[in-house]
Amino acid sequence: MGKWSRRAFIGAGVAAGGALVVGIAVRPGNPTDKLKPSVASGDGEQLVNSWVKIAPDNTVTAIVPHAEMGQGAHSVLAQMLADELDADWDKIEILEAPGLPDYAGADIVRDFLAPTLQVPNILEPTVQGGFLTLADMMSIGFTGGSFSIRGAGQRSIRMAGAAARQMLIAAAADKWGVAAEEITTADSLLNHQPSGQSGTYGEFAEAAAEQSLPVKPKRKAINEYKLMGKPIPRKDIPSKVDGTASFGIDVEVEGMKYAAVKAPPVIGASVEKINATTAKSMPGVLQILNMGNFVAVIADGYWRAQQALSTIEATYSVTEADTLDTEAIFARYAAALDEAGKDGGDFETEDGDAIGAMAEAAKTLKAEYRAPFLAHATMEPMNCTAQVTDDRCDLWLGSQNPLGMRREVADALGMDEDSVHVENQYLGGGFGRRSYTDVPIMAARLAKAAGYPIKMIWSREEDTAQDYFRPSATSRFEAGLDADGKLISWDNIHVHLFDPSEAPKIDHYAVANKLIRKVDVPMHLRFGAWRSVDHSQQAWFVESFIDEVAAESGKDPLALRQELLANEPRLLTVLNKAAEMADWGGSMPEGHGRGIALVPGFGSIVAQVAEVDMTGKKPHVTKVYCCTDVGFAMNPDGVIAQMESAIVYGLTAALYGDITVKDGAVQQSNFHDYPMLRIDEMPEVEVALINGDPERIGGAGEPGLPPIAPAVTNAIFAATGKRIRELPIAKHDFAGSET
Amino acid sequence: MLNVNGQDKEVDADPATPILWVVREKLKMPGTKFGCGIAQCGACTVHLDGKPIRSCSTPISAAAGKALTTIEGIASEDGTLHKVQQAWIEAQVPQCGYCQSGQIMAAAALLKSNPKPTDAQIDSAMAGNVCRCGMYGRIRSAIKTAAGIEQPSKVEA
Repeated sequence: MGKWSRRAFIGAGVAAGGALVVGIAVRPGNPTDKLKPSVASGDGEQLVNSWVKIAPDNTVTAIVPHAEMGQGAHSVLAQMLADELDADWDKIEILEAPGLPDYAGADIVRDFLAPTLQVPNILEPTVQGGFLTLADMMSIGFTGGSFSIRGAGQRSIRMAGAAARQMLIAAAADKWGVAAEEITTADSLLNHQPSGQSGTYGEFAEAAAEQSLPVKPKRKAINEYKLMGKPIPRKDIPSKVDGTASFGIDVEVEGMKYAAVKAPPVIGASVEKINATTAKSMPGVLQILNMGNFVAVIADGYWRAQQALSTIEATYSVTEADTLDTEAIFARYAAALDEAGKDGGDFETEDGDAIGAMAEAAKTLKAEYRAPFLAHATMEPMNCTAQVTDDRCDLWLGSQNPLGMRREVADALGMDEDSVHVENQYLGGGFGRRSYTDVPIMAARLAKAAGYPIKMIWSREEDTAQDYFRPSATSRFEAGLDADGKLISWDNIHVHLFDPSEAPKIDHYAVANKLIRKVDVPMHLRFGAWRSVDHSQQAWFVESFIDEVAAESGKDPLALRQELLANEPRLLTVLNKAAEMADWGGSMPEGHGRGIALVPGFGSIVAQVAEVDMTGKKPHVTKVYCCTDVGFAMNPDGVIAQMESAIVYGLTAALYGDITVKDGAVQQSNFHDYPMLRIDEMPEVEVALINGDPERIGGAGEPGLPPIAPAVTNAIFAATGKRIRELPIAKHDFAGSET
Repeated sequence: MLNVNGQDKEVDADPATPILWVVREKLKMPGTKFGCGIAQCGACTVHLDGKPIRSCSTPISAAAGKALTTIEGIASEDGTLHKVQQAWIEAQVPQCGYCQSGQIMAAAALLKSNPKPTDAQIDSAMAGNVCRCGMYGRIRSAIKTAAGIEQPSKVEA
């Protein structure tokens, strides 16, 4: 491997010179003594280092620093640890690291961000609208950005496994009086063949903790992998088929009551007056509270709380947003883009002379695209259980950001951060939504006001209307072609979204003159990271317009992309594989079409071909072919599952997703008016994996999403000649369609 | 008096209370999930006399004199998982897992009434159950496995 520079080593949480190795080892004066009570149960368990725990009964516990929201991080991180440790997979247990700063992955995050020096918005304490300093980042542990495997997994967990193994070997060598090199390991056992001695990891755990910490533990080379790269079944799945998996909503706390809540329909308004006459006399109702930014009913059961809440009439403060609607928001975007003109806005890419080349182009084309606001719609509605006493706050919920929640809840309650404890549960979907701290703050304030533990559950209606929405956006393009139809100029200006900053860029496409700019436009809805973040809109804009360029220049959409990727062999391989899977160019029945899109992102590359059947009443996506190169698939079935999942999440949005605003309020409320793709519309999906660069592992949770929308709208164009420039697709009428 | 997973249970609840909340809060069986509250997502699916119902929108009074089965009650008494649950593990269906109790209950009810469903019948029976992790392809495949329907092996790199 050899790529572990000292900086990366330390950045991964490992200090040279005998202090810490990949987390914290148990030894006197070591900070691990502080952590030990929270992860070790006593009974002779030794914390070998912060990411692995070995019990005398030879059970190895992988302590993983990330939340499990369906992406499989718990299990795959454990798989990586077990492989490096040569542990018996059947005896591996998984424990999520407690929400303590010592477990934070900030160094890892910072390392990944260093090239761009960009703090992801997901980490911003958005309620205050402030920006994080580096110091703040140090105390944040979050799950998002498709980071878990390539971040903690590659940089900490594997090192921890390798270090633990090395320490166990050293302990056995001491005891047996043999050379460490003669000891082999497998299935959580140490063996010394020459003397015939053997022992379990459990037997040597205590002695191993006394060994000096390896400064640079050697990770396995790819040909030594036993578990990594294999489709090992996930450890969490059995509990998810028998009903025993515990999500935030399932938490039971002694003496808890149930709260139903309603916030003002216009986000940012406050509750002025409430009339709760009817609610007060309803059975089971314990307290009715006007919390300022929401109303709550606490009852002896959730349904009773909800029933009572529905009878309460409230008045809300007037806000500037009260007159806003969706069209007015898009009009603001248009005005800002108009104002920026040919040379305004913030420059994101400036290669060559796009404006000059455009003036000299033989042919130019323009297009404007619009993408709507979207809600996350996790299956498990937002919820949090909280218990607050004078000097302590306990929170139980599924969180992508337990440390951020801890800090902000502490602020909200006027408490010391160390007094707030987050017990993270399985997340019934995250997709970015469970990074935000609004929910635990509400629950903590309620529990404090009530004086007893509260389980607060949002209705689906609250969950839909009170989201941190994927921003809507407008993007305008102009392209210039020379006399041979070659793309020589690319001019794009769009409304600023969120992050990552590379999302609108097209560095992978060889276009001599590029100008990409953004304009900031205030949006009244609070917005947040939504699976694949800006790639979800930008990839649709870019890959649609590339398709328009192909059509205008008389080129096949695949051929144009191949031409533009002449210097990008890895991307080209992925593109060509997807095309080959789909039999690109093969004949299709009348009214059917194929569309292709390619998107690099999150360190990975994904190409998809969608096939649509436009002969029915509405577009039907029949097949999706997907090829991805994530560098190396630690768990191939897990990567395939993430691609399948992202395709559905993105396809749902492309076909139906539309959060609209009227009089400042979100109009959608539940699955009847914010519809989801269902099994009867599910295309057949085929996924192919390419391990293009095992030294550069990319993410898997998000990169499968961005290509699907453009692949589908490009396919609709191929089938009908109608170019979709505004999502969702459901807005468009395809009866006798022609543009 | 309720019969839940083969056992008689005494429950004190308003007759109008949805079955979902009685099961979760009174009987402390949290495997059945709240998703939408209006019978639009299927996360709360349970069986009433073997038929799938949306427990978020069915009052507990409707369960009187009937057999109520939840996700906690479909494995055999010896702990052997239902064939649908086994197929779910084999196909590695769940991601976040939140909708899966409802999916499994819907699939189990389908196979009980129709042991060899066609693709269209599977889609029709399962269309009421939303999976935001998008595991519909695996759900289709797992139902066929549980039904003993042969499937072509998946293309894979």
